[in-house]
Amino acid sequence: MFELLGIPPQVLLGQLLLGLINGSFYAVLSLGLAVIFGLLNIINFAHGALYMAAAFVAWMLLEYLGIGYWPALILAPLIVGAFGVLLERTMLSRLYHLDHLYGLLLTFGLALIIQGLFRNYYGISGLPYQIPEALSGGRNLGFMFLPNYRAWVVVASVLVCFGTWFMIEKTRLGAYLRAATENPVLVGAFGINVPLMIMLTYGFGVALAGFAGVLAAPIYSVNPNMGADLIIVVFAVVVIGGMGSIMGAILTGYMLGLVEGLTRVFYPEGSAVVIFVIMAIVLLIKPEGLFGRTA
Amino acid sequence: MRDESLLTVKGLNGWYGESHVLHGIDFEVRRGEVVTLLGRNGAGKTSTLLGVMGILPRREGSVRYDGVETIGLQPRQIARAGIAICPEERGIFSSLNVEENLMLPPRIAEGGLSLERIFELFPNLKERRRSQGTKLSGGEQQMLAIARILRTGAQLLLLDEPTEGLAPVIVQQIGRTISALKKEGFTIVLVEQNFRFAASVADRHYVVEQGKVIDMIPNADLAANNEKLQAYLGV
Repeated sequence: MFELLGIPPQVLLGQLLLGLINGSFYAVLSLGLAVIFGLLNIINFAHGALYMAAAFVAWMLLEYLGIGYWPALILAPLIVGAFGVLLERTMLSRLYHLDHLYGLLLTFGLALIIQGLFRNYYGISGLPYQIPEALSGGRNLGFMFLPNYRAWVVVASVLVCFGTWFMIEKTRLGAYLRAATENPVLVGAFGINVPLMIMLTYGFGVALAGFAGVLAAPIYSVNPNMGADLIIVVFAVVVIGGMGSIMGAILTGYMLGLVEGLTRVFYPEGSAVVIFVIMAIVLLIKPEGLFGRTA
Repeated sequence: MRDESLLTVKGLNGWYGESHVLHGIDFEVRRGEVVTLLGRNGAGKTSTLLGVMGILPRREGSVRYDGVETIGLQPRQIARAGIAICPEERGIFSSLNVEENLMLPPRIAEGGLSLERIFELFPNLKERRRSQGTKLSGGEQQMLAIARILRTGAQLLLLDEPTEGLAPVIVQQIGRTISALKKEGFTIVLVEQNFRFAASVADRHYVVEQGKVIDMIPNADLAANNEKLQAYLGV
């Protein structure tokens, strides 16, 4: 087998795969943030906490009700999405006429409360969640061993990202969404129920985070801090991709996952900060983000 | 039926925050009529349309559409009752292509124009249906802004300065379109600065000044009232 700069291919491809998996989570989470920011103008800092909450919901469904991974993959995002709808109706909807900062502060507070509650009841040691039987094991690709579940995470995230992109860019419902992002007053004056659309969009964005949370449960243990660790990176991804760009959020998510993986191969010490270094460079050179539109 | 009032506005007051912009607007529009609101800049013409549509942040008074009081309704409910607006600056969505812009307002009743008929009226739009909405010329964007409210089945169209900033040949085309729409049975309220254009399409003119309607001149009497009107409009 070939070697690249003295790096054995197993190591390189292994880290790239790991990067792609991290990138899958970045993509699904930053997509949810972009969808929410686009229509609600709210920087949803509670996104990581809701991702974590969905992982816990999946764990609870299994632990208390015996409901397994596959139903949980649908149920947990629905439950967390419904909770998001409740948050939107009771709290966020009061902030739309105010500056972005208020939404960010409120959702930051909500994130701390949600995390605090889970930490209080479940501690921080993490709870195990089994990989579903159908996806256990793996296959030998010759140059590396590919665990089935990790392959599934990549496939599922690509499907969800593509499906969301398609819905927003190619359907009538998506046209309403894009139009309401530009001029909600006029869309309302055409007879479309914009407040309902905003509520469902927040619910959908949160459900995306929930979906990522269930996908993550078998890989990372279910832990109250799992969202807090991830959300900072995801915000950097959104800044790099450009706020409000759907395709930008998706592509940047995968791309930065891979960049992180490559950095882990060639300069492991830099892997934890590489995304933030890229963010700083992008902010200096192209502040609207790689795919963002100038305000 | 021709004389039946479709829209009756009485004592309409309107505010943007603290700023009181409409001070008791009164006018009525009969079914099938084209009526203009004339007046100087800042007289309250656009605010009157926004008041009828329910978009003005705060409004009081009475706006009856087809016999139903709409003052307490949301803009989306007013749209569903049968009123459609073509706003100042056109309101074309840049993230939507021409066809998506055209199909955006949902159908609220039977009786809207078919897509074929719309493309007959505006052949340019058919050719450019895949273009991004804001890539069209000013005239085409105006056509699109009018076209998209014709499909919905709304009977009353509020057109806010459809000729603003357009070349004379396009203004003529819009004039022909408005006449065609009148023949199709639409009722139209037109806000205009272009007095000649207004005279070529309207049945009656209301003059708005400082948030009030101060006069009504039937189009037939326009010549006789020319001096008065010039004084109102400050031309």
